[in-house]
Amino acid sequence: MDPKQLQMLRELMELEFVATELTLYLDTHPDEEAPLRHYNAVAGELTYKKRVYEAAYGPLFSFGFSPSQYPWQWIKGPWPWEIKY
Amino acid sequence: MWIYEKKLQYPVRVTKSDIPMAKYLITQYGGPDGELSAAIRYLSQRYTMPTDKSKALLTDIGTEELAHLEIIATMVYQLLKDVPPQQLRRKGLGAQYTQHDHALYPSDANGVPWTAAYIQSTGDPVTDLHEDMAAEQKARTTYDHLISLTDDPGLIDGLRFLREREVVHFQRFGEALNDVQGFMNSKKVF
Repeated sequence: MDPKQLQMLRELMELEFVATELTLYLDTHPDEEAPLRHYNAVAGELTYKKRVYEAAYGPLFSFGFSPSQYPWQWIKGPWPWEIKY
Repeated sequence: MWIYEKKLQYPVRVTKSDIPMAKYLITQYGGPDGELSAAIRYLSQRYTMPTDKSKALLTDIGTEELAHLEIIATMVYQLLKDVPPQQLRRKGLGAQYTQHDHALYPSDANGVPWTAAYIQSTGDPVTDLHEDMAAEQKARTTYDHLISLTDDPGLIDGLRFLREREVVHFQRFGEALNDVQGFMNSKKVF
């Protein structure tokens, strides 16, 4: 995999990990404002960076969550378990 | 509804050819304290949770466990990829090859297939959350054992990530248990 793509993918992993961790924390601490602000900031950055990644390397989601160029890009490998990280 | 995201939660790096590790790692795919058991356990129990916090937490941790299932599968897949049958046999994976070739199959480290008997879902939220906290500790212990069995720095890095997630899930389940117990005690006041 091209190093630039791998670097962007790693950035997405890091950001989404922060979002996942904050999600679980907020599930049991829904009234705390600081983690919620952090969550919303990460969610915005993640949405933006996913769109940039998908424009360059194809969709991360199917089922209508991401558009595809012609031909249908979803089937294009490598799949996540095939990548040398 | 679930949506698949075409990426791993955490990068998997297999830096050495530690073939026997595939046989041990598979227990976190389809063993009693593995990620499949965890996901099915939480995603089954969530329907009878009494509070919104506990319903959300079981949904979200159950979902994260599916991402962990994929990480373990990727480790096993990459360890076994292109390894010829005779070499698999020499490394203790002859039985695995006989039944499954290079495919992923949910079993424990001894080849025993996954069974729903590994999990419980009682309808009693206090009982279920105690089971969940115990399950996270058992998975954490299994990751400790797996980390002790390999000297591949890439695998160890991924296993440490998964181990840490068990610790965080245990903490969150403890908070959900307090929430559920508070809710149940409040119902008893007339």
